[in-house]
Amino acid sequence: MTPRLDKLGVVIAAISAYAAFAAPFATFRANRIVPGQARSIIEALPATTGPLLLVIIVVAALIALFKTPLALRLAASVVALAALALLIGIAGTFLTPAGNTFARISPASGFWILIFAFTLLLADVLTRLNLSPLARVGVLVVAALAIGLLLISGSWNDLSILKEYANRADSFWAEGSKHVTLALGSLLAAVVVGLPLGILCHRVERLRAGVLNVLNIIQTIPSIALFGLLIAPLGWVAAHVPGAAALGIRGIGTAPAFVALFLYSLLPVVANTVVGLAGVPRAANDAARGMGMTDRQRLFGVEFPLAFPVILTGIRVVLVQNIGLATIAALIGGGGFGVFVFQGVGQTAMDLVLLGAVPTVALAFAAAIILDAVIEMTATKRRDETA
Amino acid sequence: MKAWLPSLLRLAVVVLLVAFVTNPGWFEPLLKPLTENNAPVIYNQGSLLTLTLLHLRTVLIATVAATIVAVALAILVTRPAGAEFLPLSRSLVNIGQTFPPVAVLALAVPAVGFGEKPTLIALFLYGLLPIFENALTGLTTLPASVMEAARGAGMTGWQRLTKVELPLSAPIILGGIRLSVVISLATATIGSTVAAKTLGEVIIAGLLSNNLAFILQGGLIVAALAVLIYDGLSAIERYTVRRMGREAE
Repeated sequence: MTPRLDKLGVVIAAISAYAAFAAPFATFRANRIVPGQARSIIEALPATTGPLLLVIIVVAALIALFKTPLALRLAASVVALAALALLIGIAGTFLTPAGNTFARISPASGFWILIFAFTLLLADVLTRLNLSPLARVGVLVVAALAIGLLLISGSWNDLSILKEYANRADSFWAEGSKHVTLALGSLLAAVVVGLPLGILCHRVERLRAGVLNVLNIIQTIPSIALFGLLIAPLGWVAAHVPGAAALGIRGIGTAPAFVALFLYSLLPVVANTVVGLAGVPRAANDAARGMGMTDRQRLFGVEFPLAFPVILTGIRVVLVQNIGLATIAALIGGGGFGVFVFQGVGQTAMDLVLLGAVPTVALAFAAAIILDAVIEMTATKRRDETA
Repeated sequence: MKAWLPSLLRLAVVVLLVAFVTNPGWFEPLLKPLTENNAPVIYNQGSLLTLTLLHLRTVLIATVAATIVAVALAILVTRPAGAEFLPLSRSLVNIGQTFPPVAVLALAVPAVGFGEKPTLIALFLYGLLPIFENALTGLTTLPASVMEAARGAGMTGWQRLTKVELPLSAPIILGGIRLSVVISLATATIGSTVAAKTLGEVIIAGLLSNNLAFILQGGLIVAALAVLIYDGLSAIERYTVRRMGREAE
């Protein structure tokens, strides 16, 4: 019997073969802004580990290529990813000339493509395993712990992105907390205002089209313009309303960014509240009325719980979108990880761009997985209860 | 609301937009109060018309490319030969949507350099997702009876695709394209942070020189374009819905 090929495996094997043998594994640069020189896996790693990595990649790619049991595929992808993560750190140490603090080693295209290929394999296995929401969050936590351990152990310290971090450790955490505050704070404000507004729109039909149209139009204003346009009114408020300046309201900085994110967040929250409430079955409402529930009891006891998963979906959209948009706040002095992105673009220092972009993507990704899991759990709970 | 009011408003927006980008000087007195210290009122480092056209061109190229790739992928994973990729492609779409556009833009710079190219890449990648998602929804929710009938009528796989599946999914796919265009129009402005020639240039010039008039004119042109294009595509969508008898969502 000839072993059968896995279609996705063919893709994974092809791109990992290219990445392992034809693309550079790491880039060596004499300092942080000069163009780099490419290093292959064999050149970038000590004599024994280079071939070892190649063997791991070839074996993992072969496991992906043929139809193999899911457990084996899971192990292959995890081992390959772990080996890549560990060895890129070793490449950083190996390639840095002793005592040289200017040289920069960064992962090159081959490394990223290999990571992509085996993440694809892992994602495929996880999708086919059809994990429960809690298990998915568990996988996320394990991955975060593994990355955290690698960071704490210092094995990545010779990579250029961490050298950029070492130069800015304090401001990194300050900007990071600003980023999270902006994204979460504006979400919270949007929920506090958007939920009642959504309920109002649901109850008063005449309001609905008008409110949703206005919110829709706000969404079409490009984010950098909206950020900029809020500078003037907030500056005026700061200058003319007593106490406003003391509260931190200023023309530039965090205040306009916060208000802009809040305005963008309103539409998904309000629209999903309206859709969720409209989707409550008539029978449920009639039964509640028949039981003699007051309007308020009906809202909190029947309509709201039934609409909750839909409203949560809106909150998920907002949170992921806000984490991304908060990067733009840096353009108007609002802080956040965007500071590093735009500084890096300005200095053509790509490692600095990565220092801002990687945590942003990681945050958005984690937020999406966690909220998806919560949405699925509330939706299935609801179904079990009504069934 | 009277039936003719929306059309009248739309026409007014078109007239204002065309007048503004071709003859911005006419509007100088309106924007004058927003500037300080005799700063220029109308963007003066390039013509607004050229920037608007370049902006639209960037969005058009990215959207056309994204539509072709997204629809082709959606067709591929809904055929028996590509069915294996369907669950994976679903999760990839979900993951892809979490990437912030600014990050995509900044990360594309080392690969292709500054200018229009990183913007096109970011817009292309970001535009893929809504179109792919909608195309997938359209192709996987076709009424079974219709597919059965097409098979019974002796249509080949290709005929079913081009004569039944794609036309019936057209309204839903168009909905995805509309979403993608509106996102791209706004995202393209961020492209100017990596030196792409778009209307973002006007906004960023305003941010840098603290000139509110610049920010407002750049922002309003983009917003007007987005509203008009959204309306136009919605009208086409309604037309196809009437012809196909199917609605998005």
